[in-house]
Amino acid sequence: MTPHLLAATLPDGLTFAIAGVIALVGSLGVVLSRNPVHSALMLIMSLFGVAVLFVEQDAQFLAAVQVIVYAGAIVVLFLFVIMLLGVDRSEAIATEPMPAQRLMAVGLGILALVEIALLSRERWPLGAHSVAGKARGTGHSNVYVLGRSLFTTYLLPFEVTSALLVIAVIGAIVLARRPRTSAGPTEGEAAAAEAGGGPLVDAGELVGSGAPSAERRVEAEEALARAGDRIGEPVGEQEGLTVVRRPEQ
Amino acid sequence: MSVPADFYLTLSAVMFTIGAVGLLVRRNVLVMFMCVELMLNAANLAFITFARELNDVGGQIAVFFVLVVAAAEVVVGLGIIVAIFRRRVGATADDVHVLKG
Repeated sequence: MTPHLLAATLPDGLTFAIAGVIALVGSLGVVLSRNPVHSALMLIMSLFGVAVLFVEQDAQFLAAVQVIVYAGAIVVLFLFVIMLLGVDRSEAIATEPMPAQRLMAVGLGILALVEIALLSRERWPLGAHSVAGKARGTGHSNVYVLGRSLFTTYLLPFEVTSALLVIAVIGAIVLARRPRTSAGPTEGEAAAAEAGGGPLVDAGELVGSGAPSAERRVEAEEALARAGDRIGEPVGEQEGLTVVRRPEQ
Repeated sequence: MSVPADFYLTLSAVMFTIGAVGLLVRRNVLVMFMCVELMLNAANLAFITFARELNDVGGQIAVFFVLVVAAAEVVVGLGIIVAIFRRRVGATADDVHVLKG
């Protein structure tokens, strides 16, 4: 017996058809849009379609989480990074470095699709049920069933995911942190500007080998302030560092 | 009676394939990342379908953990992308071919 879409009741069939089309169009839009911002918006559309399918299959809690976490947080993070980096220009499609790869990718995709579709029509091997519990027929809501299973049977994995999230946050901060060496005016430069009396926009240049430490930089600034404004001449020297006054712009 | 599971699984397979092909075809790193999200969503849809079909809430638990791991993955991945593109101008995956900064 082959399953048929008409075996479903009309509201269920219509919901599946509309939400499925929305999810598919959104997925295609992610891949085919030239502009990354359009891709992100299409991803939201696809996520909403899948969320409707979740509701249709009695997974109300996960549908809400899908919309709130995915569409509300993750895609917004994507958009934030796109606009932060300014990479929202179109991809240069013409300069394809490997033209054969696109063809091979599509062929591989069709192959995988046929394979999965054939497998999905088979009878699935069904063994014993998992320890999670029944999804329906318990007399409780979806949130109750899910939460009860999550906080009893799956308590340890749940706690491990909290550790994972903390690690991810720390990792993101470490990765995205700007190195301190190329920061703007430091306290030493501000002090040198006060001592010198003049506006030191670009106070001094440290010519030397090795990374100058903060104290050496402050010493250099003080030597610079004592030396007045002899532009271009070496004004001081400490421990292999030469301090030169830069002409003001 | 609701829609048979085969339709949901076929839809999930199509979405997964679109995501996989997009990952192979596109050059923009951010769009490739979005294609990974598409594939995760297709897998989630299959999980939910089996949870309904087998009347077992374990599939929904799996989707919950996939969502959490996907969120962590996106945060770290976007952090890496920001760190890479702060020192390079190119936005495609071909511009990132050296590990050393």
